[in-house]
Amino acid sequence: MTHWLVAPVVLPAMLAAILVLVARFHLSLQRVLSVAGTFALLAVALGLFWQARDGTISVYQLGHWQAPFGIVLVADRLSTLMVLVTAILAPLVLLYAVGSGWDRRGAHFHPLYQFQLMGIMGAFLTGDAFNLFVFFEVLLIASYGLMIHSGGQRRLRAGTQYVLYNLLGSTLFLFALGTIYAKTGTLNMADLAMRVAALDAANSAGIRVAAVLLLLVFAVKAAVLPLHFWLPGSYAEAPAPVAALFAIMTKVGAYGIIRMYTLVFPPELEITRGLFDTWLLPAALLTLAMGMIGVLGSRRIDKLVAFSVIGSMGMLLSAVAVFTASGIVAALYYAIHSTFATAALFLLVDVLRDRRTGVGVWLRDAVPVAGGPLVAGMFFVAAIAMTGLPPLSGFVGKLLILDAARGSALVWWVWGTVLAGSLVAVVGFGRAGSQIFWRSHQVAAEREEDPESEAGEANTKEHDAPEPALPMVAIGSLLGLLVALTVFAGPVTGHLNATAAQLFNTQPYIAAVLSMPGKEIKDDHGDADAHDDAATDTTEEGH
Amino acid sequence: MEFLMSTAIGVLTAAGIYMVLRLRTFPVIIGTSLLSYAVNVFLFASGRLALNAAPVLRDGIEVYTDPIPQALVLTAIVISFGMTAVVVIMALGSYLSAGEDLVDVPARDAEIPTAPHALRGEAVE
Repeated sequence: MTHWLVAPVVLPAMLAAILVLVARFHLSLQRVLSVAGTFALLAVALGLFWQARDGTISVYQLGHWQAPFGIVLVADRLSTLMVLVTAILAPLVLLYAVGSGWDRRGAHFHPLYQFQLMGIMGAFLTGDAFNLFVFFEVLLIASYGLMIHSGGQRRLRAGTQYVLYNLLGSTLFLFALGTIYAKTGTLNMADLAMRVAALDAANSAGIRVAAVLLLLVFAVKAAVLPLHFWLPGSYAEAPAPVAALFAIMTKVGAYGIIRMYTLVFPPELEITRGLFDTWLLPAALLTLAMGMIGVLGSRRIDKLVAFSVIGSMGMLLSAVAVFTASGIVAALYYAIHSTFATAALFLLVDVLRDRRTGVGVWLRDAVPVAGGPLVAGMFFVAAIAMTGLPPLSGFVGKLLILDAARGSALVWWVWGTVLAGSLVAVVGFGRAGSQIFWRSHQVAAEREEDPESEAGEANTKEHDAPEPALPMVAIGSLLGLLVALTVFAGPVTGHLNATAAQLFNTQPYIAAVLSMPGKEIKDDHGDADAHDDAATDTTEEGH
Repeated sequence: MEFLMSTAIGVLTAAGIYMVLRLRTFPVIIGTSLLSYAVNVFLFASGRLALNAAPVLRDGIEVYTDPIPQALVLTAIVISFGMTAVVVIMALGSYLSAGEDLVDVPARDAEIPTAPHALRGEAVE
């Protein structure tokens, strides 16, 4: 049964290879396989989530080597939750890509999409710090390909910036891992947790440097303030379905922070004291403020949404940085919410880009958007969710964050920034929405009085042809998920409370990883036997 | 030996950071390559430096060199090699399409495109 644990990594990897090798020139076959694959992934993720809901920690030893010598995949509540969120997002975004024809505009969209999923799933599941780096690279290298999908000068330039920034991030990650290994002699997270806790506080300069470097690496991924410069350009220029999938990538950074700093460098650890309240919390608040100001100042809707991603990451990390169980609950709830809200907004921006003739994403006067009421309604709902107005899940998430911050020393700063930032975001989104959907009618009315301008009229008529339903279904489903997240906020936070409790009680995790027996190594000639053991022993795993 | 390794890592890193801060893609790529060399040597040294020692644990051997960093550095080399290839191709693509190799996005990209034909209803051909 525990072999299912590796399925979220293996399934997309195998599927991507098949898509490249077998279905290379058959777009419809690619689409069918790819969509079917993501739904299968969703089924697997649901199974894993169900398995971990009662607090079971399943461990999968790759090659049946015992931890800390072999690499392990670990599925606890946090991992399976993030895997499930990714698996829900993936088919919806893919349906949009198929329905809008984005996958036709360049080569190898579907294989790259699957490789990206493989990397994200692996990063959430792995229990080994170096393996985390490898999965980061897998998801990054797939994202480089997706980022420049369908080409174009601006996209290539933004893509080059994105790649260079992430190369530096990867180098930093390796420096952090090298330092950790030099100080502790292990990279298995559970083993690290034990060895770091046993380190002498007087002789801890190296591990402190490593902890800060690692935090910087995750901060690059999560776009925390001084390290956020890669995000607006690359998210705005990336193809819409890719930007929507990238909504989960910033959460990989947040996941890394939550995982490493609850397990390996827990808040009560003497040697890394002050990392969160002195550094991460102010940085997160600045990120929040900067993102929301960016929302207000953007002249393009895609940039506006990209800045709202930065703002929401600031919101999320200010909840993480409080570093209590209630803070983690708030952060996780907000992470789920902002993933779906961001994805829906990026997809809506793409719809608007196609339909606003001549002006595209620029916030300028234009003729009314074809299919206005539906698109405008969806934009309204998504903007309410993103800015955190009642009644949608953004509001619930923000309440949780405000509540979690009450115990913090910086409580007034958190409350002030979160509330003022939300107000600024509301104004920013309101300005964009009224410019796009309302001002256009005024422009159209002016134009009708002017007999010479027929162009606008003709353009609206062009778009009167029935639109494909699939993109709207995808966006509608994402918004439906936000509604569901609001309606079922009680059960969801109940599960998240259990998740946070599991995160702060690290002993079962460490015990589950380190106490599982691996294969026996007999002698130099026993390799084949050992391999057979691995095949027969699998039923005993994971208890 | 320690002095040689640490100065090599330091010089490579310093040179890499200097190059990364240049404005054009080619020096920046050279910079990231230098940084990746530096980090590879650094990873290699993270298992302590041992001379003339067997890399694999065997019975009866007292002095051995840590095999894990060697495996790690091999992975890191492969990944950084692949990444460099990707970034070279992307930089080349952006150079060929834009006609210049600046890393920064030029200021004109941030300007609102002037007089899009639907903006005021003029037919622009």
